[in-house]
Amino acid sequence: MTIEARNLSFRYGDEPVLKEVSFALTPGHFHALLGPNGAGKSTLFGLLTRLLALQQGDVLMAGQSLKRQPSEAMRKIGVVFQQNALDLDLTVRQNLMYHGALHGLSRKLARARGDRELERFGLLDRADDPVRKLNGGHRRRVEIARALLHQPSLLLLDEPTVGLDVASRRALNDHVRTLCEEDGLTVLWATHLIEEVRPDDHVLILHQGQLLANGSGRAICEAEGARDLAETFEALTGAAP
Amino acid sequence: MSPAQYWHCFVGIQTREWLRFWQQRTRFASALVRPLLWLVVFAAGFRAVLGISIIPPYDTYITYETYIAPGLCGMIILFNSMQGALSMVYDRELGSMRVLLMSPLPRPFLLVTKLLAMGVVSVGQVYVFLVLALLVDVEPPLWGYLAVLPALVLTSLMLGALGLLIATWIKQLENFAGVMNFVIFPMFFMSSALYPLWRMNEASPWLYWICQFNPFTHAVEAIRFSLYLEWNPMAYGITAAITVVLTLLATAGFRPQRTRILGTKPA
Repeated sequence: MTIEARNLSFRYGDEPVLKEVSFALTPGHFHALLGPNGAGKSTLFGLLTRLLALQQGDVLMAGQSLKRQPSEAMRKIGVVFQQNALDLDLTVRQNLMYHGALHGLSRKLARARGDRELERFGLLDRADDPVRKLNGGHRRRVEIARALLHQPSLLLLDEPTVGLDVASRRALNDHVRTLCEEDGLTVLWATHLIEEVRPDDHVLILHQGQLLANGSGRAICEAEGARDLAETFEALTGAAP
Repeated sequence: MSPAQYWHCFVGIQTREWLRFWQQRTRFASALVRPLLWLVVFAAGFRAVLGISIIPPYDTYITYETYIAPGLCGMIILFNSMQGALSMVYDRELGSMRVLLMSPLPRPFLLVTKLLAMGVVSVGQVYVFLVLALLVDVEPPLWGYLAVLPALVLTSLMLGALGLLIATWIKQLENFAGVMNFVIFPMFFMSSALYPLWRMNEASPWLYWICQFNPFTHAVEAIRFSLYLEWNPMAYGITAAITVVLTLLATAGFRPQRTRILGTKPA
């Protein structure tokens, strides 16, 4: 599914947070949205997920406008938020079933799909545990399993590794890449950690609300005459990654 | 989206609210302490100074406990609705709200269903309260327990919508203490929950009119009359009309960016 953001601008009061941001995501690929804290990543995610109303520009998902056909567009998106969005008191399965219901799935179908996702994530034996009992890495996996329950084409992850240790961060990152390869899922992974990005990834660098780079990591480095992404990032934003 | 998908969503939201209720049942039980204190302690002291004459819907002299029981039912819903609405956009329920708003179903439907789900849990608490009230001889007719249900649901939706409206638009009232001082207590005290309005009129006509303009007064009267199997079209009509208006305003005016749902401070 093609995803295209066109001329997205957003301001909180008089303060512009995003300025004329346009990009297209390639179906079935991993895209990294890099930017220092305050770059506008969460605002961009807010717009893509409709938590913020579009002020200027539009987002097209398989040609369908987020502005004009929000319902159709939202069916195609799975989201993992920066902050925990699981109900800690409920079990893993209850959380998944709630999400399934919100997407109009019957209890039977939601349960079947939930169990299948949990099995894929190696968490089926924890299905009846309260989320509170899970460690941070497992909670993140449950959130991804939940985001995939309604079989979206686009998975948005807003700094999903915040608060995780290095090993869990790497495992999660690898896992999402596998989903891209196996399921043909399009992924937009927002992060400020350069080590989560690989040279062949499609990279979007956002700084002070502007998109400074948009292309493969390698191509961006070459264009900047930099040795690696860290150097490119520093040259473009003036901030150490 | 098909009607079946709407139905699955509706049931899912209701189910989750009951699951949470069950998980936090001790907290909900403790929420009953407040109205029970009013009923047992406050009413016992107050009955000595306040005589209740025969007023509709009652057909005989009643105890003060009997008089304030419907108002306390309203109070349970009032506290729960305000607390619930605040938690939707500021604290405990933030994660759940993010997930809720990712649904492809229309937002007004999602918000009304969520308010109804929270309201239904409040209504459950009201019934527990009414059962406990039997211990102090508050004994409405048996069918009254059923007849009062629509009034309770309507009241919970009205107050939930009001809470959501306030929580979204009045930044100064983002904590519960503020809402308690500026919304809950004024609404509760300036209503017919604790004293009949004719008494209020004798004491202070302008206060009487404030009570008349308070939607909570009419909600309490709708609860009171239906609990005693009397039909009060004015109280019902006003409560229903205000519910519709507040629900429309709260859902149409809902903006996640004015809350903490996005994870940042409200803009």
